Amino acid sequence: MTALLDTLEGTLGGWGTTLLVGFVALAGLITVNAMFMVWFERKVAGWVQGRLGPMEHGPQGTLQTLLDVVKLLGKESIIPAQVDRKVFLLAPVVAFLPALAMLSLLPYDNNLTMTDVESGLLLVFAFGGVSLMGIFMGAWSSNNKFALLGGMRAVSQNIAYELPLLLSAMAVVLCAGSLNLGEIVAAQTGENGLWFIVMQPVALGIYLIAATAETNRAPFDIPEAESELVAGFHTEYTGMGFAVFFLAEYTYMFIVCGIGATLFLGGGDGPLLPGPVWFILKVYFLLFLMVMARWTYPRLRFDQLMNLAWKFLIPLSLINLLATAAVLKFVEVGS
Amino acid sequence: MSAQYLPVLFAFMGAIGFMAVMLGLNHLLGPKPKAALTPAVKFEPFECGVPALQRDNRRRISVKYYLVAILFVMFDLEAVLLYPWAVLYRELGLFGLVELVVFLISLVVGLIYAWRKGALEWQ
Repeated sequence: MTALLDTLEGTLGGWGTTLLVGFVALAGLITVNAMFMVWFERKVAGWVQGRLGPMEHGPQGTLQTLLDVVKLLGKESIIPAQVDRKVFLLAPVVAFLPALAMLSLLPYDNNLTMTDVESGLLLVFAFGGVSLMGIFMGAWSSNNKFALLGGMRAVSQNIAYELPLLLSAMAVVLCAGSLNLGEIVAAQTGENGLWFIVMQPVALGIYLIAATAETNRAPFDIPEAESELVAGFHTEYTGMGFAVFFLAEYTYMFIVCGIGATLFLGGGDGPLLPGPVWFILKVYFLLFLMVMARWTYPRLRFDQLMNLAWKFLIPLSLINLLATAAVLKFVEVGS
Repeated sequence: MSAQYLPVLFAFMGAIGFMAVMLGLNHLLGPKPKAALTPAVKFEPFECGVPALQRDNRRRISVKYYLVAILFVMFDLEAVLLYPWAVLYRELGLFGLVELVVFLISLVVGLIYAWRKGALEWQ
């Protein structure tokens, strides 16, 4: 392993080696995470409903998703006659494109990150908007009414929930005084640092709800509500195009939970185990909450969804922001 | 300064490569039946088993979506303005807090106006 790294460093230089190793690791993370999450979700769904879930392939059905991927690779990709071919083919790529960039910005441990960007948090949220464009491109170019309805819902839902997401994260930025994800973690882990979940429990609640909606997950999955819209925005996609939308969805789940762990749970902070292990554990704890929410709550109606965002979450996050600012100022004046 | 953003650019290129491999493999491995042998109905828009009701499904969208988008622009600009403020809050002193209150009041008045006008009702 070290010999291989030395050869790489000889040919590419230190910087190139970091990049190459990092991206290979991240591509592996994307694939393994999606495969694990699909299996995990089906397993949890089974247990919640008193079933076993996948059992056939491998111990406890662990190889199920790997075989699903192989199956999807061997499927015919049908391009329906009425679609806008270029946009239709480009849409899954655009939906997936920012995922790797967002993953490269996450701090997996104190100094373990692909790149240490000063405005990391803002950049992650900005890239999050790009994937929505991919979803809408797919919906619009499909020229199918189910897809179009799903796409419209996805857009209005995503922009409505972007605001509580930004505002709840802003309360944390206020406490940390930085947009740099590494510095936000450092603010929670220093001498008398506290995880921001203690100071910002309301923001964490808002963040988790908004993040679930941003990733189009149940109970906010009306863009792909199968009981009314067949499969929503990806109705017309087959084979890998379909799989890529799923891969993107599960990668974004990992990313929003990674940001959640960074902002509220102290990133890679924890006793005994190394930092990256703690980070992954925290991320999968948050992902477990998201999966449980899916199998616990019924899907919201569209007007309920919009009311929850505009009449409850946004005012609440504004109040939380104001309260945070006031308390910070009083503490400052008092000391 | 901007060198730290370079990996992000490479990440985009890496993602394109990743996509190319996956979609390319699908293209290589997937069956490609001859178009002449395939019934035309296979390429019709999905319609729950009945013949398609209309060929072109791109139609006008309810104006309610437009209202949501306009409201979003208003609040999103607010978020963009507040992020630098949040970073610099500790250095701004009491002025920072007063500024936030004034800013939020003007914003909340806008939200209340939209609420009272019924822009938030989804009918």
